[in-house]
Amino acid sequence: MSRQNFHNLDASPNANGQLPMLSARGLLCERDERVLFCQLDFDLFAGDIVRIAGPNGAGKSSLMRILLGLSAGFEGQLFWHGQPMAEQIHDFRSQLLYLGHQLGVKGSLSAEENLAWFCPNARPDEIYAALQKVGLKGYEDLLTHALSAGQQRRVALARLFLADKPLWILDEPFTAIDKEGVSELEQVVIKHAQGGGLVILTTHHDLRVPVKTLMLGGQESEMPLC
Amino acid sequence: MWTRLKRLYHKMGSPKWFYQISTLCSKWCMAVGSVLMLTGVVWGLAFAPADYLQGNSFRIIYVHVPASLLSQSAYIMMAVAGLVGLVWKMKMSFVVAKVIAPIGASLAILSLLTGAIWGKPTWGTWWVWDARLTSMLILLFLYFGVIAIYNAIENDEMANKAAALLAIVGSINIPVIKYSVEWWNTLHQPATITLSKKPTMAPEMFIPLVLTIFGFYCWFAVWVFARARNEVLLKERRTKWVRALVQARQHKSQIGGDA
Amino acid sequence: MLIALLKRDLLLAFRSRGDLLNPLMFFMVVASLFPLAVSPDPALLGSIAAGVIWVGALLAALLSLDLMFKGDYEDGSLEQMLLMPQPAMLMVLVKVLVHWLVAGLPLAFIAPLLGLMLGLADGGFMPLILSLLLATPTLSLLGAIGAGLTVGLRKGGMLMPLLILPLYIPVLIFAASAVQAGVQGTSYLGHMAFLGAYLALTLVVAPLAAAAALRISLAR
Repeated sequence: MSRQNFHNLDASPNANGQLPMLSARGLLCERDERVLFCQLDFDLFAGDIVRIAGPNGAGKSSLMRILLGLSAGFEGQLFWHGQPMAEQIHDFRSQLLYLGHQLGVKGSLSAEENLAWFCPNARPDEIYAALQKVGLKGYEDLLTHALSAGQQRRVALARLFLADKPLWILDEPFTAIDKEGVSELEQVVIKHAQGGGLVILTTHHDLRVPVKTLMLGGQESEMPLC
Repeated sequence: MWTRLKRLYHKMGSPKWFYQISTLCSKWCMAVGSVLMLTGVVWGLAFAPADYLQGNSFRIIYVHVPASLLSQSAYIMMAVAGLVGLVWKMKMSFVVAKVIAPIGASLAILSLLTGAIWGKPTWGTWWVWDARLTSMLILLFLYFGVIAIYNAIENDEMANKAAALLAIVGSINIPVIKYSVEWWNTLHQPATITLSKKPTMAPEMFIPLVLTIFGFYCWFAVWVFARARNEVLLKERRTKWVRALVQARQHKSQIGGDA
Repeated sequence: MLIALLKRDLLLAFRSRGDLLNPLMFFMVVASLFPLAVSPDPALLGSIAAGVIWVGALLAALLSLDLMFKGDYEDGSLEQMLLMPQPAMLMVLVKVLVHWLVAGLPLAFIAPLLGLMLGLADGGFMPLILSLLLATPTLSLLGAIGAGLTVGLRKGGMLMPLLILPLYIPVLIFAASAVQAGVQGTSYLGHMAFLGAYLALTLVVAPLAAAAALRISLAR
């Protein structure tokens, strides 16, 4: 519930004089009467790679779902380019690429057909090129339930090459991906950030990438209400 | 004006305030409801004249009609409370919607049972597919759906929202259902009371009915408040004010025990 | 995006066309139970045929509702759909359209066959087909609300009939009596008008409600 409804974000620009892309003020998340985090404030800028970290149950997934607007169980405000999220939801969604824990890859569709619906504006040759980039050349027309878990994830990862969206939110993108795949993916993430994108991710891998870390679960709070 | 409204809204959303105000309200409702019910029931059962067609069996309307009316309006109240909860995110109105569901369903069952008991001497059979009984049966089914949602979804917040949505959809459909059932069965008595037309019942029968209806409403409020306060205490059991309340009660009962 | 979704869903339906036959087979089996349970007497069957076929159609439509969002919920595509910039109610409309095409429309084609088996009088066939064409979209639309509310529940299949069947009652009443009117040779235009009006109402309310239901179900 909005106890104070400040419509203007009081954020200061970063070193490059940019205003934050995505900001949060006073986020509080409760699960089953337990406060996962409270008074969470942050400003994320274009060019950042942000890792949401913390022990199991610290609320990493919850925070991600709150950022995505899929969760209702929170208090506090979100801002997109300095504007309240509720007013900017269309703009936010049209600039968002989200790779979830569940991939959204249909087993009874081929890799190419899966991507054709995820990215309806992509031409077939672009889709083929993207699939080649994630190492699935020759698998384009196979139904994806014939592919391995890692290959299925690569089908979903191919979206990173197809959609031109500035904000990437990636939930455990490295799961089931082999070593070479991980380092390739790291390069993709870095390139996206350097190109002015914002990447928010969770992972248990040790990243060889300069990241900002958003640590959750720092304060163990057993209080019922903050 | 606007800030005052806003303050009122936040007050109404606060469980503590709700608990206090509902305690007060339910005392008043209990008092007024008792007077109305007692007058209405005694008048209706003992002093109102017998119906020239149905004899004394008509007297069941002093239970049947209030129960039917109330279970219908309870559904609408539940939907409105749910809507307020969904739109203005007022937690207390979800609590009210939640406690209304089983109460409304019990009233619908009461209405069906008394209808069946009334039907036996009037129509010679327990159950007739009469339009109003059928509508009431469907209303009971609508209540079943809402209750089933509360039972099926473990997460409280989700259950509240899902049930509120279903109640809203149901209440949009109620007029359509009523109309279609009435159309389906045009062989039924005209409605017992209508607000727009003059009552066709004799006033000696009608006035006690009005009294019992208002009495039912008061007791309904008492019932809703009692259950809602229970819910509030359960939800807020870890907060300071509930703990203080419990301690005060314990203290009181200890003193009472000593004396 | 919506056209891509429509294409994808139709393709998915085509790939699992075996599943699509289930509601149809169910429809036929249910309707054939009645002669066995009541009586094979053509006159008696003819008089209940309209009701039997329509109850069967309701149940068959209900049976297939579980498929509307479940698969997409389980593999995460539903999340992706709710994150599309387009309003979720348009996505729901596409889903409803696909459900109607694969599970509602076929009922209208197979119903005359059941009418023959149950000894429906000649005048009843036209209103039977028309009422099914006009009212099965309503069933899919209302069903989307129930499917949206129960998508995250393991026991959703049991819950759905309880939520949705009461809302189907007006359709049942008017559709079955339209067929009855046709059998008796009276006009069934008024019934069709009602079914059309109910369709219009649900077309406005149901996509909104179903989209809200999906957001509630996914906000774990």
